[in-house]
Amino acid sequence: MKINLNNKSESFEKEQLTITELLALKNYTFKMLVVKINGELVRRHEFDKAIVRDGDDVMVLHLVTGG
Amino acid sequence: MSFARAAEISAYLKKYTVGIAGCGGLGSNCAVALARAGVGKLVIADYDIVTNHNLNRQYYFHDQIGRLKVHALRENIQRINPDVSVKAFDLKLCTSDIVDLYSKCDVIVEAFDKAEMKYMIIETVLSRIPGKPLVVGVGMAGWGSTNLLHSRYSENLIICGDETSEVSDSLPVLAPRVGIVAHMQANEVLNILLKEFKPVDE
Repeated sequence: MKINLNNKSESFEKEQLTITELLALKNYTFKMLVVKINGELVRRHEFDKAIVRDGDDVMVLHLVTGG
Repeated sequence: MSFARAAEISAYLKKYTVGIAGCGGLGSNCAVALARAGVGKLVIADYDIVTNHNLNRQYYFHDQIGRLKVHALRENIQRINPDVSVKAFDLKLCTSDIVDLYSKCDVIVEAFDKAEMKYMIIETVLSRIPGKPLVVGVGMAGWGSTNLLHSRYSENLIICGDETSEVSDSLPVLAPRVGIVAHMQANEVLNILLKEFKPVDE
């Protein structure tokens, strides 16, 4: 499948992935992540269930301390 | 002529309210920039007091050490622009406070220090106040690397910063870089508020 990840086109062999699988493939190992699929917030406890499909727009934001 | 245009913008901004969550390096500097621009009302919240360690980057003065940040910031804003109405809340914001204090604001600025708090306000605004513009500051520790600072847009969520540099003992947050990000946030707020601004002579 082909998705839009943080405004970049990315291809994956699988036809669909959970957020947890996608984060593992992309090596996002951080704890504080905000994730949206097609503009909808995905809460942390839904990362194992939320499915990313071909054509989806995914936003991942890694929060770091400081301000 | 530019004086006239700035005054016109200031008059236009008077009807707007901006919520600022946190009054540290991001919040204090962002609030001051918005007050100078003429935003009519600012809703500020923080539970902390001004310490000597804050003065390397936050908009406070040496003679304000020991005072509540929200009271010191309100005073500083009013010395700059007495036309700004400042609602100051001395509290550690939780989910329900964010909904109560900021639902009626036109734009919300996330200006917390801790990543957990940043997560909390993003989740709260996106799920409980959907559609409300939220401008967050993520990644501004250290110095240099000005070119890595950017704005990123994800519907109503606007992200300012480098998204990577985390504060640590060896990488403190310093005035220039946090000031840049605070002003990027203020700039994004103005961009939202001035979307329908039409100068009189055009």
